[in-house]
Amino acid sequence: MTYLQAISDGLRQEMRRDKRVFVIGEDVGVYGGAFKVTLGFQEEFGPWRVLDAPLSETAILGGATGAAMMGMRPVAEMQFADFISCGWDHLVTVAAKQHWRAGSPVPITVRLPSGGGFSGGPFHSQNPESSFAHIPGLKCVCPSTPADAKGLLIAAIQDPNPVLFFEHKHLYRRIKGEVPDERYTVPIGKARIHREGEDVTVVTWGAMVYTADEAATQLGDLSVEIVDLRTILPWDKEAVLTSVRKTSKLLVLHEDTHTGGFGAEIAATVAEQAFEDLDAPIKRLTAPDTPVPFAPVLEQAFIPQVSDVVAALRELAEY
Amino acid sequence: MATARVAEPSGSLGEVKEWGLDREDLLGIYRNMLTTRSIEERGHILYKQGKIPGSFYTGRGNEGASVGVATAMGPEDVGTPLHRDMGVHITRGVEPWRIFANYMARIDGLAHGRDGNVHMADDHLGLIAMVSHLPAMLPVAVGCALAFRIREEKRVSVGWFGEGSSSRGDTHEAMNFAGVRRLPVVFICDNNQWAYSTPTHLEYAVEHLADRAQAYGFEGVVVDGTDVLAVHREAKRAIEKARDGGGPTLIECLTLRMEGHAVHDDAFYVPKELFERWAEKDPIERYRVWLHENADFSDAEEEEIKLSVKKHLNDALERADQSPLPHPESLTVGVYADPEELDTPHHK
Repeated sequence: MTYLQAISDGLRQEMRRDKRVFVIGEDVGVYGGAFKVTLGFQEEFGPWRVLDAPLSETAILGGATGAAMMGMRPVAEMQFADFISCGWDHLVTVAAKQHWRAGSPVPITVRLPSGGGFSGGPFHSQNPESSFAHIPGLKCVCPSTPADAKGLLIAAIQDPNPVLFFEHKHLYRRIKGEVPDERYTVPIGKARIHREGEDVTVVTWGAMVYTADEAATQLGDLSVEIVDLRTILPWDKEAVLTSVRKTSKLLVLHEDTHTGGFGAEIAATVAEQAFEDLDAPIKRLTAPDTPVPFAPVLEQAFIPQVSDVVAALRELAEY
Repeated sequence: MATARVAEPSGSLGEVKEWGLDREDLLGIYRNMLTTRSIEERGHILYKQGKIPGSFYTGRGNEGASVGVATAMGPEDVGTPLHRDMGVHITRGVEPWRIFANYMARIDGLAHGRDGNVHMADDHLGLIAMVSHLPAMLPVAVGCALAFRIREEKRVSVGWFGEGSSSRGDTHEAMNFAGVRRLPVVFICDNNQWAYSTPTHLEYAVEHLADRAQAYGFEGVVVDGTDVLAVHREAKRAIEKARDGGGPTLIECLTLRMEGHAVHDDAFYVPKELFERWAEKDPIERYRVWLHENADFSDAEEEEIKLSVKKHLNDALERADQSPLPHPESLTVGVYADPEELDTPHHK
């Protein structure tokens, strides 16, 4: 099934199992969501469990926070991840801090269709996960495969904390994979070795896993290990350190912009904890520090391409 | 054009009884108002003694509004009171010693030293701890009401905000969503006329903030916030209407903030005559007189309540002062909740 179908499947199973789970967002009901993740849900679960909200991210996220405190398990959809900026306060000021300062768990899941690749322009293409990875109290999940998307979504809904679920739009219908029928969870905070290798490590997540994989395939002579982080808050330091200790060379790859991107955190951690295992300076390959452009030719220059990864890996290999 | 209903002042004992208050309740209201003010007065002393870190905020002048609304709430109802609403915590049953401990950043404060002032709540009493971004609590209150509506429970959520908060988008989004879905939520505006140093005419251009309710499809009411029984009546009416599926109400409680924004602020920008005029309407004094004139409140009863509040707070202060400061090593504990913490009455 596709990545998108896997998300629908996980959400539907969880809603069937647990009547506290409800969906709230813009156009999620009758229309089935801008990307049709909740198509048919309102017929099955009714209008009070699949709520079409007004165009109000603050009310959606603040409302989800209040409902969660009253024992519900809201799954809020941002129509595009970009629009989460309108609801920042409710995640960062209220939901993320409420347990630490007041002892109240806030079990909400926020679904965030993110990422570029189809000329969505500056406001329909962003990958804002790094901004939220800086916020203690939140969790940030960025699955790359259909099976992980389902298992991590169910884990997110079950989690007693606010979890941001970044689902990459460019994977929705392009990526297919085996997905177990039964309900299962994938633990938040555990990376996955996407491809085993000996010469160089690529640490990445989301759609960039496939970009890295294609680059590794093209570089037949070089043995590339790809670590798919799956979640960036918390993130699996051990998996990254283990891989780097094996290959001694690290490329951190992400679609988000460069400065203060989560790649910086990974690079800093590896420099602190595995400096003596490194045979080359850590390399970061990211989008440049600009807004996401509209023109296809500009967007290709913005999003790291397979050829960019190939060049970066060659450089590392030859160091 | 004003569209909100302007509430009548409180009436006779007979009328008050119609809204469910017996004489015991009436004395309880007096006790709660007195406790509220006395806690904050002692807070001032603690602050001057250097026992309260950071700043210190009170709700002097708002005792009638906060106690009046909280008295109208049912035991299963919930709310998001703000920093001028100490009376809500007292009425819902928060023990004063824990408030003093919170002021002093002690471990037995409701926020365990992690947050100060009235940034605290006991969720077992149906209260949710406020954040400094005050109107942010309104969508949260609406979300509580949404949970009640989804589960078809006869519970009501009460969301507080100030006239300053009314200028922010959160307020609009919360009220619009609540109106669209006719959710069981009551919005209480503590309009104390000053948002820090900003007066109402620089904050909004309508006559009453409650006039805005019409734009969201529900009723707005303006009530004199120094008249605790009138506030109670309007809150009770709105809460029961919401409980019966009648949707939200916006109640604007008009008061004057009788002190500065916080302890460092002498409120030089508030005209002196305004303070004098509103001092004549002091909510506690006003209610005390009402009790004497309408409810056979005897001097002995009054004295008994005053003494018992004093003693209660003396003991509370002593107990709070024995509470230890939080241990630095505890800092990183509890950033994330554990799954078993969801095993509570709210979350089953």
